[in-house]
Amino acid sequence: MSDHRGDLGQQDAQQGPGLFVSYDTPDFYCELMNRRDPASASLTLIRDRLAHFGLTELRQRARVAEADLYNLGITFTVYTDRDAIDRILPVDLIPRVLTAGEWDHVERGVQQRVAAINHFLWDIYHERRILKDGVVPAGLVLGNANYRPEMEGLDVPGRVYVHINGTDLVRDGAGNFLVLEDNARTPSGVSYVIENRHMMLRSMPDLAVGLDLMPVDEYGPRLRRALTETAPAGVQDAQVVLLSPGIYNSAYFEHVFLAREMGVPLVEGRDLMVENGRVFMRTVAGPRPVHSIYRRLNDDFLDPHVFNPDSMLGVPGLVDAYRRGNVTIANAIGTGVADDKAVYAYMPRIIRYYLGEEPILSNVDTHICAEPEGLAYTLANLDKLVVKPVGESGGYGLIIGPHATKAELETFRASLLADPANYISQPVIDLSVCPTLCEAGVEARHVDLRPFAVTGESTWVLPGGLSRVALRKGSLVVNSSQGGGSKDTWVLAS
Amino acid sequence: MNPVMIDIPPGGIGMPNLLSRYAECTIWLARYMERIENLARLIDVTETFVRARSTSTGWLSIVQINADDERFFERHEVASEENVVGFYVIDRENPNSIVSIAHAARENARSLRPLISTEMWMHLNMFTNAVSTLGPSDIRASNLSALCARLKQDCQTHHGITEGTFYRDQAWLFYLIGRNLERADQITRLIDIKYHTLLPSVAGVGSEVDIGQWAAVLRSAAAYHAFRRTVRGDMTPAHVVGFLLKNDGFPRSLSTSLRQLYWAVGHLRTDYGLKNGYAAAERIEELRATLAEQTVEDIIVRGLHEFLDWVQRELHLVQGEIARAFWPPAMPAPPANSAPDAGFSQEQSQS
Repeated sequence: MSDHRGDLGQQDAQQGPGLFVSYDTPDFYCELMNRRDPASASLTLIRDRLAHFGLTELRQRARVAEADLYNLGITFTVYTDRDAIDRILPVDLIPRVLTAGEWDHVERGVQQRVAAINHFLWDIYHERRILKDGVVPAGLVLGNANYRPEMEGLDVPGRVYVHINGTDLVRDGAGNFLVLEDNARTPSGVSYVIENRHMMLRSMPDLAVGLDLMPVDEYGPRLRRALTETAPAGVQDAQVVLLSPGIYNSAYFEHVFLAREMGVPLVEGRDLMVENGRVFMRTVAGPRPVHSIYRRLNDDFLDPHVFNPDSMLGVPGLVDAYRRGNVTIANAIGTGVADDKAVYAYMPRIIRYYLGEEPILSNVDTHICAEPEGLAYTLANLDKLVVKPVGESGGYGLIIGPHATKAELETFRASLLADPANYISQPVIDLSVCPTLCEAGVEARHVDLRPFAVTGESTWVLPGGLSRVALRKGSLVVNSSQGGGSKDTWVLAS
Repeated sequence: MNPVMIDIPPGGIGMPNLLSRYAECTIWLARYMERIENLARLIDVTETFVRARSTSTGWLSIVQINADDERFFERHEVASEENVVGFYVIDRENPNSIVSIAHAARENARSLRPLISTEMWMHLNMFTNAVSTLGPSDIRASNLSALCARLKQDCQTHHGITEGTFYRDQAWLFYLIGRNLERADQITRLIDIKYHTLLPSVAGVGSEVDIGQWAAVLRSAAAYHAFRRTVRGDMTPAHVVGFLLKNDGFPRSLSTSLRQLYWAVGHLRTDYGLKNGYAAAERIEELRATLAEQTVEDIIVRGLHEFLDWVQRELHLVQGEIARAFWPPAMPAPPANSAPDAGFSQEQSQS
């Protein structure tokens, strides 16, 4: 250790004093350098240790780490006609740090939100009280493309619909955590959380030494336990499997990772069969029963008998077996109605309705244009707001007021007035930033956070989550497909 | 009789139910890695022949032995060194080239990632990445021998990592089945290449050139020193062929491969109760008996090439019995990634 310090000292002499010397403390909330609260001792220690690194040293370690990820095959795969091209998700070696207090708040907020979502899903597929009471418009739910009539009246074990949930959080200028989106279908990215930690402890052992970080290794066993707890009633020693679309899926690495961490077989649709309403997997010893399926396949592809008849990825008869209560599917079919953009706007009310509590994590302030006040406010402030159509995904059809021309605003105003119920509006959020190694040195980049919650008999939240970082300067887009990277998220235990 | 290297705790351990698809992919992974190693050996020995005899017919024999005549001559007019080596090492359009086989091995390994060790995957990943970057300059005559040595070494590293890290359960037995099926098949091809090369000049049998070539065959199978140490008498064709077909101590001989194949299939039945392996075991047993009953002189007199051809066909039928037993046809069509070319084994065994 002391030798190593000596090396770093020499580097510093060449590089000038410290990593952050030219770091431009931005006007945004900075997770490391510009917190508005008194920083914890550990946070200060991490900052001081980082400041002792030279830029050359950090770049060298980043190169080694990147080669490591590539050789280990911690990659997502892009297929062309001729080749399979493996790409890594770039990882920045400067961690994103959360204090124990911050994490306590996020954890409780996520647990509350997952509880509300599960209540909501049971209700809309059974009694529909929340619709009858007029808290959520019935049309929004029953007319939703992700509503599945097949789920009506079906009792899923423990009333758990969303076994795995990812909650996308951002922090505003004051450092408040806000929910940007719920992911209640098949949220991905958790493998990077765990692999990032392994990589960080290999690459930056001198940064982590002596710190009390909450571990992330428990995810696999926790998930398996949740899937066992929610297996069909009466099953002893439940056989859990992970159902993947196969090696050509870009998230296949994650499927492999999770199957290994859980210690369960990774199956494809062709490995499963349904006979007399029961699910079996094909083994060298013949068919063997399957009780719980963690599927990484969208609803549409699950069962060609019920959904997309052309799907080769699914299992004919699976939904029938599910409806007979012979198999658990996680997440349940039809959860997409709960993480819809339009339903999102009602989530604070949904939480109050079922739990009688105030939301611990706020939504981004959302104006529902279906409601007269929301529409009036949106029309009056069009140039300051982000307005999104509720049915679309992937950023289609939205307008960012401050970036739009007058003409664009007027055109948009007309579409909004023609169909107000199709829109919600939100203020533009000043996302928090984190120091990040970039071409020109260490610079501020925007980050978000996706904690993962696992629900069986209770809800457990993996400490931290996936911190995605927008590597392009000024960009608010953190998606990996659009130049996003990630950071290890360190939760301080004390 | 039991090879010491293949140790499995009595009674069997591990995941009780191996997915059929995993079993199939495991066999193919093992076969492809063994096939790459042997293709490198074939290229290496051919290069030696050609260097010594200053003739070009040697390169054609690899094409004939792999029954690739049609595909090859669609693309090339003459079987020159440049064309043949290019065809078998870096031609992505040829499913039987090393780059294609390596790709197929990796796709199977990708399917097996939940099962194989991280170290196996990491090595395979690096190996196939390296193979896919090979270009014309890597296969120039001056580099060829070194390239073959490197390819062999990478395959052997794979075997070593597998031996040292792969969990011992059914999957391990399927891996051994794949490796030994391929090894048995490939030793017959290696012997056959000598038959093909010599065919135009029967008069040369027993000449100095002939003896030098048999020595090269032995060397390419890593058998030369073991042969010298254990075989009394001259290096006659019968002695060399006898050693490669029937020596029970030599790890690449046909008899050793068949014995280990039989052992692995037997343990699927005894340790894991997989009775379906019966038909495959019976066929292997017959094959072993046929080999044991004949002297090498008998085999040569009755027709060495015909015998080798028959062995290849039998091995193909063994693979078929294993498929029927462990991934029965009630299942959907075999995975698209399980073979670079569906007709590969079939074509080869009927050459």
